[in-house]
Amino acid sequence: MLKVRVMPCLTIKNKRLVKSVQFDEHRNIGSYVAAARVFNGRDVDEMVVLDLDAREQGIDPLILQEITKECFMPLAVGGGVKTLEDVQRLLDLGADKVVVNSGALARPELIQEASARFGAQCVVVSIDAKRIGETWEVFAEGGQRATGLEAVVWAKQAEGLGAGEIFLTSIDQDGMMEGYDTGLIEAISQAVRIPVIASGGAGKPEHAFAAVRAGASAVCAASVFQYTQVTPANFKEFLAKNGVDMRASN
Amino acid sequence: MIAILDYGMGNRASVQNALAFLGHESVVTQDPAVIAAATHLILPGVGAFGDGMKAIHERGLDRVMADEIAKGKPLLGICLGMQLLATKGEEGGLHDGLGFIPGTVKRLSAGEVRIPHVGWNDVTPKTGEALFLGTEPNVFYFVHSFALMADDTGDIIATCDYGMPFAAAVRRGKIMGVQFHPEKSQASGLRVLKNFLSIT
Repeated sequence: MLKVRVMPCLTIKNKRLVKSVQFDEHRNIGSYVAAARVFNGRDVDEMVVLDLDAREQGIDPLILQEITKECFMPLAVGGGVKTLEDVQRLLDLGADKVVVNSGALARPELIQEASARFGAQCVVVSIDAKRIGETWEVFAEGGQRATGLEAVVWAKQAEGLGAGEIFLTSIDQDGMMEGYDTGLIEAISQAVRIPVIASGGAGKPEHAFAAVRAGASAVCAASVFQYTQVTPANFKEFLAKNGVDMRASN
Repeated sequence: MIAILDYGMGNRASVQNALAFLGHESVVTQDPAVIAAATHLILPGVGAFGDGMKAIHERGLDRVMADEIAKGKPLLGICLGMQLLATKGEEGGLHDGLGFIPGTVKRLSAGEVRIPHVGWNDVTPKTGEALFLGTEPNVFYFVHSFALMADDTGDIIATCDYGMPFAAAVRRGKIMGVQFHPEKSQASGLRVLKNFLSIT
């Protein structure tokens, strides 16, 4: 059986590991290399690495080189990916999957081109969504710009263009540790057949189980693994106990 | 010294990082002299079968590998590298493979499951197989749409199931192939690489 994945997320700003709350107040929480080493030691299933500076400053190859030396799990890497050359560059540096967000919103064909050239499995479309009444709106540029796009519509379009996975982040829940936006997860995972990675809001293992029940193929978390004693293994044990097929971590 | 064969396709850096972590020096190369001096050969790869074989032919690596295999040097194909060991491949039309493991590379038949097969999945190795010594829990990371269907089931040393059973690993003497990515499969994967390097 294909396993449900638990993935820590490393967000990097000014060459430091940071954590935001609702995409704001990015707090410096230390060294991303040390964090990568810890998560590798904790035998995680996969890791997400997002460089928030890359959008303005371009991809910094050193960040990925430092991380890949420490990590022997699949890496999904994003930040500032605008062109096919950016995708190629990240893959050459050791990324297994490339996360595209604002670059794909500006030019949706990027998804199609990357998928055709490198395969759907390495194209992860990241959607940052904010609840507006009963629906969700997609935001670009790290949550700063409203696009007017409805998240379900954009997810379907991304799938049609050849996305391999959707990395779905609730801006409202980000950093709150009060649980994922399960309504959002349900809406998107029912609309597409590609795997949905739930992100934003995890504070305890129960939240991860709720996300999986809502349709997530993988759960991503940051604050809970960085600010509390809870580890990815705790999430996995809880999910396994509740009948979810997991890969046991050492 | 381990030679990671360079034919311009795939995750050479990740394989090299994993070997370095295990304390082994390796070189990414297409130089026959360097390959001849190496103790072990690794054929990595991500991409399409036809493109892979074309790139190997252009660099003459098919003959170099055949010579080294004849000398009894261990070879490990990873992902596409495993598939290229087969006689033939059906991806994007019928192509000749290296022919080291009799068999054909066919598309995983899509039924209930989504293709490509991406993620961590259970692998069942043959009892006592040296490549899987101490690798438990046997869960490895896969990314592929095609699989090697070996003519001789005796060459299959581990299986996986994704909509259909397929070979997760093959071995004929010192020629080995793994469909999953050991360099991305955490401790279990690193152990597979370590086991391969202990085969001499």
